[in-house]
Amino acid sequence: MLNILTKLGKNTRCSFNKLGKSGFFLGQVLIGVGDVFLRPRLLSKQLYSVGVLSFLIITVSGLFIGMVLSLQGYYILSSFGAEEALGVMVAASLVRELGPVVTALLFAGRAGSALTAEIGLMKATEQLSGMEMMAIDPIKRIVAPRFVAGLISVPLLTMLFSAIGIIGGHLVGVGMLGVDEGSYWMQMQSSLDFYDDILNGVIKSLVFGFVVTWIALYEGYSAVPTSEGVSGATTRTVVNSAFATLGLDFILTALMFGDI
Amino acid sequence: MSFDNNLVSVQHLTFSRGDRIIFDDISLGIQRGKITAIMGPSGTGKTTLLKLIGGQIFPDAGTVEINGQNVHTLARKDLYSLRRRMGMLFQSGALLTDMNVYDNVAFPLREHTKLTESMIRTLVLMKLHAVGLRGARNLMPNELSGGMARRVALARAIALDPMMIMYDEPFTGQDPISMATLVQLIKSLNTILGLTSIIVSHDVHETIAIADYIYVLSHGNIVGQGTPEEINNSESEWVQQFMQGAPEGPVHFHYPAPDYIEDLLTFDKD
Ligand SMILES: Nc1ncnc2c1ncn2[C@@H]1O[C@H](COP(=O)(O)OP(=O)(O)O)[C@@H](O)[C@H]1O
Ligand SMILES: [Mg+2]
Repeated sequence: MLNILTKLGKNTRCSFNKLGKSGFFLGQVLIGVGDVFLRPRLLSKQLYSVGVLSFLIITVSGLFIGMVLSLQGYYILSSFGAEEALGVMVAASLVRELGPVVTALLFAGRAGSALTAEIGLMKATEQLSGMEMMAIDPIKRIVAPRFVAGLISVPLLTMLFSAIGIIGGHLVGVGMLGVDEGSYWMQMQSSLDFYDDILNGVIKSLVFGFVVTWIALYEGYSAVPTSEGVSGATTRTVVNSAFATLGLDFILTALMFGDI
Repeated sequence: MSFDNNLVSVQHLTFSRGDRIIFDDISLGIQRGKITAIMGPSGTGKTTLLKLIGGQIFPDAGTVEINGQNVHTLARKDLYSLRRRMGMLFQSGALLTDMNVYDNVAFPLREHTKLTESMIRTLVLMKLHAVGLRGARNLMPNELSGGMARRVALARAIALDPMMIMYDEPFTGQDPISMATLVQLIKSLNTILGLTSIIVSHDVHETIAIADYIYVLSHGNIVGQGTPEEINNSESEWVQQFMQGAPEGPVHFHYPAPDYIEDLLTFDKD
């Protein structure tokens, strides 16, 4: 019993310790963010590898999720005779929930893990130390551009995901199941609210992008500089990002849409 | 040795990693414009000493002063401007793996100066020529051998014409020809540019050939110091053993361990 308590205490202390360290790290990164915009070339390189290279997985996933939503939605809605609402249902689920959440999860797996591994390996091969000894701050030169790139990419990828998902829903709903094309779009247009739905979705994606990129960069930067350490850090990036995304999604949803 | 003409002065430095004491109250000075060698068996803490001097890790006690400035109490900005005038050659080379040889050498110039690309090109090719790798400028770091990578790193370290260079095991992995060239290069950098050099090495012959002053480290202490002649004629058993590479003597080849036979015969979990 005492053992369990000690262990619990130790883990709690460790978590707080980590929280403090990652907070300090974030502070340093934020200080470096201003300089990123003076070096557009560094930023565009990262936007390419973090954002553009994620296009494929986001597009394909968005398409399939939209198609499945449409199939499932049609099945339920048609039992009430409300097939015309299919467009709203697909669009609202995507814009409010699935778009931001699934994009963040996919982004953590595709780009976050890559960021962690890259920075962890740079640390393990003394590239970061080498930079420090050349009087070049690795947080400014290496970490900050990647952070900004993540921050910009995630909301854009989320919009892409939702847009493609709505098209996927259209393909299945209108193309295969015979929902009326006009009502698919019209209902969507009249029922979705710009502030309530779209803007809140964008806010979610901004928060998720911030947190996932922060986790990925922190795990890489603080990785134990060995092959084992880097592999552990990569795993932690994906797992912690998933927890953070899902947890924050609940909180944000409650704040935005719930009357709590 | 007199401490007045020292660029680097280490006073009563103590440093440990966990329970293991790496340095136990050592003091040493690096003279301006000279080549000072720090020698000792592997695992004694030579690399650690360079990192302490570069301000990358902090001592438990004692001070490191460069040009009269205490490295470990400097504000970050001042530390960085000091480091701009120090070159460090890492044991592994520490080249940036996403850039080719040319861009690696150009990296500090692009980051710290506003030189035009054509001036940078001239400087980079000069530095690469000095290490014999001008023709390798388009190779990526993973296409270089360990010895070549270290020479590229040297070219990068001298790119900003520092006042001091720290070499971590520069001779390891060099073939006899590039070894001779490298020894020559380190020597001439020192005399022509008036650099101060610290060489960390366990290659006795090459180091003796170019060093002006030598410190021999072992078990956290300085066991010998002096000019190459003094070291060669030292009466200290430690120094003699190290210089001649004798397997038996006060320095042990083995990392501290329990008795060998007893260790083999005991079977319980560590
Ligand atoms: N990051 C580290 N964590 C713990 N111990 C270390 C670390 N780096 C080096 N050491 C220990 O410090 C000692 C000195 O290491 P180092 O300075 O690399 O030796 P040298 O360069 O003389 O071969 C070694 O015994 C090593 O075990
Ligand atoms: Mg070493």
